[in-house]
Amino acid sequence: MPFKRYVEIGRVALVNYGKDYGKLVVIVDVVDQNRALVDSPDMVRCQINFKRLTLTDITIDIKRTPKKKELVKAMEAADVKNKWENSSWGRKLIVKKRREALTDFDRFKLMLAKIKKASLVREELAKLKKQTKA
Amino acid sequence: MVTYKFHQYQVVGRALPSEKDEAPKIYRMKLWATNEVRAKSKFWYFLRKLKKVKKSNGQMLAINEIFEKNPTTIKNYGIWLRYQSRTGYHNMYKEYRDTTLNGGIEQMYTEMGSRHRVRNHCIQIIKTATIPAKLCKRESTKQFHNSKIKFPLVSKKVRPPTRKLKTTYKASKPNLFV
Repeated sequence: MPFKRYVEIGRVALVNYGKDYGKLVVIVDVVDQNRALVDSPDMVRCQINFKRLTLTDITIDIKRTPKKKELVKAMEAADVKNKWENSSWGRKLIVKKRREALTDFDRFKLMLAKIKKASLVREELAKLKKQTKA
Repeated sequence: MVTYKFHQYQVVGRALPSEKDEAPKIYRMKLWATNEVRAKSKFWYFLRKLKKVKKSNGQMLAINEIFEKNPTTIKNYGIWLRYQSRTGYHNMYKEYRDTTLNGGIEQMYTEMGSRHRVRNHCIQIIKTATIPAKLCKRESTKQFHNSKIKFPLVSKKVRPPTRKLKTTYKASKPNLFV
């Protein structure tokens, strides 16, 4: 099973620990075996340990240590935001965020919607059962 | 960003003026210490070894902390040091890749502690320099001088996102494949 996601200049990664938790960042340069120089349109360029990153499948086309403007342009060109939000991983994170932000009233509405959906499904299932029996 | 243990200070001092010498020579040192008090002490320690002046017949003129000018670029630092081992004093030259000089110095102190069991107070930093990539001597820094660098992360250990969510026991062994 060969490796598919490499640490390389232009690899998009998700920060999974620390102050910038949950952010998508781009690996802009490699400091040494354990650390990378990492950048994102809304943060100062900083170094971060690989243990705090999870690599994604998205890469963008940049040269080593690009200027901030070039980085933003390359991210737009590769359409990182949309690719991420349409990927199954990105979608799961968005759903998780929405679930965390539910109020008690929202959860009540959700419960009613689930009950309604379940009753509809059961109605259809009963109809199908009757058909096969008959 | 990261809190460094060792800070770089610029310390300026001179001997006290006397009838023999109205305006004694002013000496400036750049050194590393954990705080300003220690920096001043180290200044007098080194100056005593070079000139006939002590803290009691000298005066401190200025002490300023030196901060990194470009903490967003990666540099190769060469550090010349003199350290005391169990059997004598030795000189060493070490290279580190880091974004700041303080970070490189901190790497040096921890590496000397781990590889040679040298404690921090037994190390004297002779000289530091930012080395251009062509002049680096050590293979372990030269291997990162590749503009198309690419390597996989071989084992992925999933950690809880905060220390609060850490548990001693887990239900199953983790899958470490990327």
